[in-house]
Amino acid sequence: MADSIPTDRSRLEVFNRTELTRRLVAKLEREEAVIGGIGNTNFDLFAAGHRPQNFYMLGSMGLACPIALGVALAQPQRGVIALEGDGSILMGLGCLATIANMRPRNLTIVIMDNALYQITGKQPTATGGVTDMVAVARGAGIANAEWVRDQAHFDALTSRRFDDGGPVLLAVRIDDKPGAAQPPRDPALVRNRFMKGLGIGRAGALD
Amino acid sequence: MSWSETFLEVLKDNDVRLVTYVPDNILTPLITGIHADNYFMPANATREDEAIGIVAGAWMGGVKGAVLMQTSGFAVAPNAIASLIVPYQIPAILVISERGILGEFNIGQTAVARVMRPTLDALGVVHHTLADVTKVRFTVDSSIKQAVTTQAPVAFILSPLLTGGNPVAHGKLST
Repeated sequence: MADSIPTDRSRLEVFNRTELTRRLVAKLEREEAVIGGIGNTNFDLFAAGHRPQNFYMLGSMGLACPIALGVALAQPQRGVIALEGDGSILMGLGCLATIANMRPRNLTIVIMDNALYQITGKQPTATGGVTDMVAVARGAGIANAEWVRDQAHFDALTSRRFDDGGPVLLAVRIDDKPGAAQPPRDPALVRNRFMKGLGIGRAGALD
Repeated sequence: MSWSETFLEVLKDNDVRLVTYVPDNILTPLITGIHADNYFMPANATREDEAIGIVAGAWMGGVKGAVLMQTSGFAVAPNAIASLIVPYQIPAILVISERGILGEFNIGQTAVARVMRPTLDALGVVHHTLADVTKVRFTVDSSIKQAVTTQAPVAFILSPLLTGGNPVAHGKLST
């Protein structure tokens, strides 16, 4: 997919998370499931406009990709996308090895990397140092892992069916702005609506 | 029928297809069994919280799942229990091989053995200790059905009285 030489990250376009998430969601045409990681990644997923196939995490830092893997295994016909920040994925790097070995064709991971724990006061993360998440993902065995160079590149990389060709990992440099909105902090409601959006569950009986 | 054969049969009876795990010697017959049976979807996770996350996602996608872990590994799991499967009301089935008692050689297991049940109690997770092979089928079958019906996780602790304990322990204990 991409060259094996480490990318010079300083030459990559820096996106805004809110805008990037809107751009991604606009590409979804087949009721893809989207798992928003802890904090800003799920805030901006909600800000992009609620969809029945959105799942918003409340805690569980680092588990967006494992949750997305579970959805992908349960519904192999559906494209599944995990949105994670750099701090969160650094907490659970092992899941990249699990995903690489299980090879879910319908799973895409988007890492939004501002090299900061933005939500706790902008403390630096390891990706601001020498750690390159695309190199980490490739080392774990996700061959289709690459840095997004600019908007045209992002559009090209996301103009595809998300139910095939995975696992794919896209890493995007983003700025240090917070998320633009927050979903309701009601886990049972979030879970119930998500399952209904995936065609699962008993909620329909009470509609 | 052995405890592990009974356990796997009850999982199948209840449509529990996905089994994620971080291994333990005591869990070997379960892990070997799920890999040998095409009915099951085995997933070897790198950590126990990751294993819980996978099962949570699968449940929301319509597939029931169980997580296998050892006692010390349980200590990795509380945040995933407290922030994911309890508040989101996800009936994940936790299966913990009990280490740290009745002939443990590894001191690292013993403290977790003491805090495991109080932690599950504090998190509000129903747990059953399986010590008698004749009670495995009823306990596991009825508890899985209760978990699914009430949208709540459940934990099964596999006592050395059931499993015989860690098979490699005998050569490592002082006399």
